[in-house]
Amino acid sequence: MTAYTLRAKRRRSALRTAAFLSPWLIGFAVFFAYPLVSTVYFSFMKYDGFGAPTWNSTANWRYVLGSYTMFWPALRNTLWLVLVMVTCRVAFGLGVGLLITKIRTGAGVFRTLFYLPYLAPPVAATLAFVFLLNPGTGPVNSALEGMGLTAPGWFTEPGWSKPALTMLAVWGVGDLMVIFMAALLDVPKEQYEAAELDGANSWQRFRFVTLPNISPIVLFAVVTGVIQTMQYYTQPIVASKVASGIIGGSGQQFEPGYPEKSTLTLPQVVYNLGFQRFDYGSACVVALVLFALAMACTALLMRRSGGLVGAGER
Amino acid sequence: MRRNRFRLAVPVLAISVLATACVGSTETGASDDPKARATLTFWHGWTAPSEVKAIEENIARFEEKHPNITVKAVGGINDEKLNQALRAGGSKGPDVVSSFTTANVGKFCSSGAFADLGPFIEKSGLNLKKTFSKPLLDYTRFEGKRCALPLLSDAYGLYYNKDAFHKAGIEEPPRTWEEFDEVAVKLTERKGDGYEQLGFMPNYHGYETVPSHYLSQWSPTYFTKDGKSNIAKDPSFRAMYTWQRNLVKKLGGYAALEKYQKTFGDEWGAKHPFHTGQVAMQLDGEWRLGMAEATKPGFEIGVAPLPVPKDQIDSYGKGYLSGTIMGIAPASEKQNAAWELLKYMTTDTEAVVQFANAIKNVPSTRAALDSPKLKFDPRFKTFLDIARHPDSNTSDGAINGITYQMSLQNFGYEVEKGAVRDIQAGLERTAREIDTDIAQAK
Repeated sequence: MTAYTLRAKRRRSALRTAAFLSPWLIGFAVFFAYPLVSTVYFSFMKYDGFGAPTWNSTANWRYVLGSYTMFWPALRNTLWLVLVMVTCRVAFGLGVGLLITKIRTGAGVFRTLFYLPYLAPPVAATLAFVFLLNPGTGPVNSALEGMGLTAPGWFTEPGWSKPALTMLAVWGVGDLMVIFMAALLDVPKEQYEAAELDGANSWQRFRFVTLPNISPIVLFAVVTGVIQTMQYYTQPIVASKVASGIIGGSGQQFEPGYPEKSTLTLPQVVYNLGFQRFDYGSACVVALVLFALAMACTALLMRRSGGLVGAGER
Repeated sequence: MRRNRFRLAVPVLAISVLATACVGSTETGASDDPKARATLTFWHGWTAPSEVKAIEENIARFEEKHPNITVKAVGGINDEKLNQALRAGGSKGPDVVSSFTTANVGKFCSSGAFADLGPFIEKSGLNLKKTFSKPLLDYTRFEGKRCALPLLSDAYGLYYNKDAFHKAGIEEPPRTWEEFDEVAVKLTERKGDGYEQLGFMPNYHGYETVPSHYLSQWSPTYFTKDGKSNIAKDPSFRAMYTWQRNLVKKLGGYAALEKYQKTFGDEWGAKHPFHTGQVAMQLDGEWRLGMAEATKPGFEIGVAPLPVPKDQIDSYGKGYLSGTIMGIAPASEKQNAAWELLKYMTTDTEAVVQFANAIKNVPSTRAALDSPKLKFDPRFKTFLDIARHPDSNTSDGAINGITYQMSLQNFGYEVEKGAVRDIQAGLERTAREIDTDIAQAK
């Protein structure tokens, strides 16, 4: 074979590979690389949707990180939700999955009951929670007060608003429950039998048999949960709007993050800057912060996953 | 990992798509023939069936007078949709637009979202000063550029439960804030930790009880001549925030009031706390009278101007004015025809009177205010008088629209719950925040 035909063969092979890769390459370029580069570009520009963008140096960055009063509360809230909400959802999803795989009768009914809330539209579910937890007229607080307990303000109290949102997220944990159930049913029964013969109690069976077997699923739940929580928008904005009592009026200004910015999240801030103030440059800054944060969390989880995934195989 | 990276692209993509949206045209030169056959698209915010019917009737009257122009009205448009559509530009967008948020006029004018109406007004020979009162002219322009005209207006006053007044032995509505505090306390009946009846809900979450509506009674100056926030220098602001905080204390404290507020029905529904008797006085716009009477509240409703500070008693009768505004989309290719519709709806006396009668708003032109065809409940005259009052005022426009009012409101939330010890220092901090936000928007 001559050098020429070898080169031609290699070129054809490379072209064939590129042709097979092209749908992904085009998608990656159009939906990821270009928007990312544009976002970086616009974060240094002044642009309100009219006229041409103009160079703004680092002013947008300085404004968002130094003067914009909603950024830091939104960042703190987002991190709080990532830590607490994701943990609670994973723990609750796993717990419910474990219970349902253990019960002998009525598993189908319970599975349906726990899955149903996940199908509720986020706006409807949030509205229902705000009404149920209304401190003045809600049945939950009436019941708590009836029992002589101090009823919290839930969505109207800064200290309780994020826990209330977490309750809402945990209520709709059906998606994780189904995934965990599938993983739990996949754990080889022989391993449990062997553990029992070795005298392992139920906690030890869970810790040394169940958990190592389902750890890839736990990692999946955590990583997707972190990313979803960083994009958390609908529920907090609906809850804050309804709980604040401001649903639109001639002179009323909606207060994002009610009460006291406690439900403000980074996607709300992006919306506020981009679609309400039309300060696209600053919106891009927050989008980049969100992107960097999501990347960092995912990378950290993936790196740390060695200690979690397949731990039982060591 | 790559899949996860791809997921992360979604929020960034969304932002980038909006950031790379088409640039709207800002040209205002209009060369279309207003006599030519044209179809205009008019975006407005009204949604209630009676309001939509009223606007369609108004449009029908216009089409009768301008048979070459057909108007397609699209309701339920809020400022966010409006801004996005105007920024996107294109021939499928609206030609004529309206907004309920007068505070956004600064943003509409300065950004070029609304076309400059100056050339059209000049060409038509319209005398604005003779047609509209000063506050209405003020809230439809920004830094000398007129990009909107008022379409009806809203005047704010005090509603009170006359039966509750009689029961408490109160003869007349209060004229000063000092009298108002006494009346509010007298009308308040506690029930355990809550209330049987609250004299007045002063909290900034009490629907229309927002800082700008209170502040109008002090006639404040929001900005200095060089465009800087004046809230720390004008004593009106400190006086208003201090008065409101004290009233909150007198009526039972922030926590009790906030909890009671959560028992209130929707502002726009039949269970509004004034209708149900949960509060005996309410700061509200002229529309409340019709809405309250429609629910047959079971008590006699009284209407009066809002009180004023004691040292401004001469200006009693004034109030906060706002309203709907109308403009032309800069990307419209039928701007002359659009101007015909805008001019008709905002300045034609018959059109304004008929529309005001239909949706129970205050007419926006001087001629319509004096029109014998204006039909109103005798109590509605209070609002017409507020609209005519020379000291009635509105909040100033800003380049970033309502953002500065959000800062005032957020500061108010801190003050009313007792988180601000030094109101003056807080105002200085808020003024800096307003100035920074405005600088960023420039």
